[in-house]
Amino acid sequence: MSQTINLAHGDGGELTHQLIQDVFVKAFGNNEESKFDAAIIPVQQGKIAVTTDSFVVKPLFFPGGSIGKLAISGTVNDLAVSGAKPLYLTCGFVIEEGFALKDLKTIVQDMADEAKKAGVLLVAGDTKVVERGGCDGLFINTTGIGVLTKETETVPSFEVGDDVIISGTLGDHGIAILTSRGDLGIKSAVESDCAALNTMLEKATAVSKQVRIMRDPTRGGLTTTLVEIAEDFGVTITLEENAIPIKDGVRGACDLLGYDPLYLANEGKAIIVVAHDDGDKVLEAIRQLPEGQDAECIGKVTDTSKGQLLIETPLGVKRALHRLSGVMLPRIC
Amino acid sequence: MREILNQSSNPEIIKPMLELVMEKAEMFKQRFHRKPVFMEVCGSHTHALAKSGIKQALKEYVRLISGPGCPVCVTDQRSIDSMIELSQGENRIICTFGDMMRVPGSKYSLMEERTKGKDVRVLYAPTDAIKIAEDNPEQEIIFLGIGFETTIPILALLMQEAEKKQLTNFSIWMTTKLVRPVLEYLLQSGEVALDGFLLPGHVSIVLGEENYSFLVDDYHISGVIAGFEPAELLSSVQKLVQLAYDGEAKIINDYPSVVTKKGNSAARNLMARYFEECDEAWRGIGTIAKSGLDIKPAYRQFNAKLKFNIKQQEPRKTKCRCGEIIVGKIDPEECPLFGKACTPRKPIGPCMVSDEGSCSAAYLFMRGLG
Amino acid sequence: MCVGVPAKIIEKHEYSAVVDVMGSQTNVGIIFVPEVELGDYVIVHAGQAISIINEQYAKESVVEWRKMVDARNSEPIF
Repeated sequence: MSQTINLAHGDGGELTHQLIQDVFVKAFGNNEESKFDAAIIPVQQGKIAVTTDSFVVKPLFFPGGSIGKLAISGTVNDLAVSGAKPLYLTCGFVIEEGFALKDLKTIVQDMADEAKKAGVLLVAGDTKVVERGGCDGLFINTTGIGVLTKETETVPSFEVGDDVIISGTLGDHGIAILTSRGDLGIKSAVESDCAALNTMLEKATAVSKQVRIMRDPTRGGLTTTLVEIAEDFGVTITLEENAIPIKDGVRGACDLLGYDPLYLANEGKAIIVVAHDDGDKVLEAIRQLPEGQDAECIGKVTDTSKGQLLIETPLGVKRALHRLSGVMLPRIC
Repeated sequence: MREILNQSSNPEIIKPMLELVMEKAEMFKQRFHRKPVFMEVCGSHTHALAKSGIKQALKEYVRLISGPGCPVCVTDQRSIDSMIELSQGENRIICTFGDMMRVPGSKYSLMEERTKGKDVRVLYAPTDAIKIAEDNPEQEIIFLGIGFETTIPILALLMQEAEKKQLTNFSIWMTTKLVRPVLEYLLQSGEVALDGFLLPGHVSIVLGEENYSFLVDDYHISGVIAGFEPAELLSSVQKLVQLAYDGEAKIINDYPSVVTKKGNSAARNLMARYFEECDEAWRGIGTIAKSGLDIKPAYRQFNAKLKFNIKQQEPRKTKCRCGEIIVGKIDPEECPLFGKACTPRKPIGPCMVSDEGSCSAAYLFMRGLG
Repeated sequence: MCVGVPAKIIEKHEYSAVVDVMGSQTNVGIIFVPEVELGDYVIVHAGQAISIINEQYAKESVVEWRKMVDARNSEPIF
């Protein structure tokens, strides 16, 4: 087999078959479900949850992960924070002609590893090869299917005093990506946090029946996700700036570039809003797992009549936080 | 050392310091029946005061006016339009600080031009532009040179590198600003009554404490050179209140760990070698004599203004009042566009774009409490 | 006006140095602070070190703030 992907790998013929056998089946296994044009999977009792996401990260390999790992964990997390148990994934690849086969194999293996860790099966897939310049190396789309194991309320009932928990340090993924691109000349030991969170979130919901909402603060960071929660449900959330866990390496890179860590992307963090009585229980439960070891309570629901996000600065002054407006750019002033 | 530096945001220090400033300001109010009024000249101060919450906490005690110290905000619309226009030519790479990308021109912003396929690169270190010029001999590399005295030496360094390497495809579009002329303009115009200036810490690294003696000698007004962390800012505001209460005019260097009496002569010498004073147009003010620096005629080959024929057109008129805001005549909230037609997402004036612009700081940090 | 970040010199060359800011590293020019030494803290602006942080003065500032805070509790302020 040639060392790079060419257009013939995507034309449905011999090379396509070879690619599927040598790369995808080898890594993902050959499931009974996948032998037809569509995957046939049993219907479960209750409701199913479906989500889809496309991954176009650059670089494809970064400290702490790869586009493959991310494509699994990102979709698994979208299911998990919705209260669903992730079961099946499908994946679609768009590959640029000339892409190294070796890299493709590594990426696919990363996907298989992360899927195994998360306990999900890859049941359907598709590969397209585009001409050089038609895409940037490799894009992956994954669709996730999960089941809702218990009735979850569609409108959570927040109460004043509810704890706002973050499962770990913020901005790791954003800084890992930025520094691994290398174009800003900043080096950092910070690794991406990208990881599937379904096991951790199952633990959280197992110890508390009063989890109001769970979200993963990906693009736009903590602030953007919390502003959405606050506005969507008309609650005021007040954060305590000093309580928010941020790695020194992230802080340092942000200082140099004039970035704000609260707006940086995370790929392995969850926000959990839970009744105050259960806050400590949830913290204790998730801290036992590596992906939740740095979890902290970072704020509270302080009002249920006005949708806004506030932060109390170390000086004891409250100010409002807003969505990220436009991309962050390194600045001198 | 890191531990010493961290003390500047230690709540045990900064919370009582804030109360101290409030108490002193209250004493001032009792004596003079008004709030003391200071101008923070530097945009990074505006940003830091609002982000830490100092500005909000002191609202009823001290009036802090944001001054003309955000390089993007004070740049005249014609200059901004010209810089964006530069990206229109063929075989050009525009290099810029991130700050310039979203500044609205009369027609487009650089961000929009990049989306259309123009080669516009955001640099963290301007010296990277030299390498880009070496790597792309067929292209013209143009650096958009904005900034005050902190940044200008770095532009001079670019000149030195370009000269050393005899680059023929590199030039700078200079539209730099100097602190002293604009302070003098403000004081002479008499449009804003001030009790003192919170002086820019990082500009002062280059200029030195002695540079500000004209404030006391010629205008009998105080200035305190301040750092950017909460304790540094509170300490300096407290000193300004004290001076105003005592009726004393004095320059205090309250950032002595990095600012010296004489400033950084290596930086100033390099500036003097390549640049000379020129008249500069300031947004909302107009031209102030000798308020900027431009490339000396001996180095004209690096002067993008001479190299490229950009026709300056009459800028599009808007209701934006950035011009009055940067000289402290009105607060951002008094502009009819503020928070309505003009937001950080869809800015109309530069004060809303730059992170340190007064409008952006007011919108992001002061708005929506209650 | 200008973002300036305290950073520690961890590697020094003729015209440039590697600085560390709490675990993130970058290259900076040191042409404006020729006397800088390994281990010094500098203020970095746009990729150049523009000032060396004087540790003695930095300490004195902290002492002054602490005094200010302590005095507030014991004396009338004017």
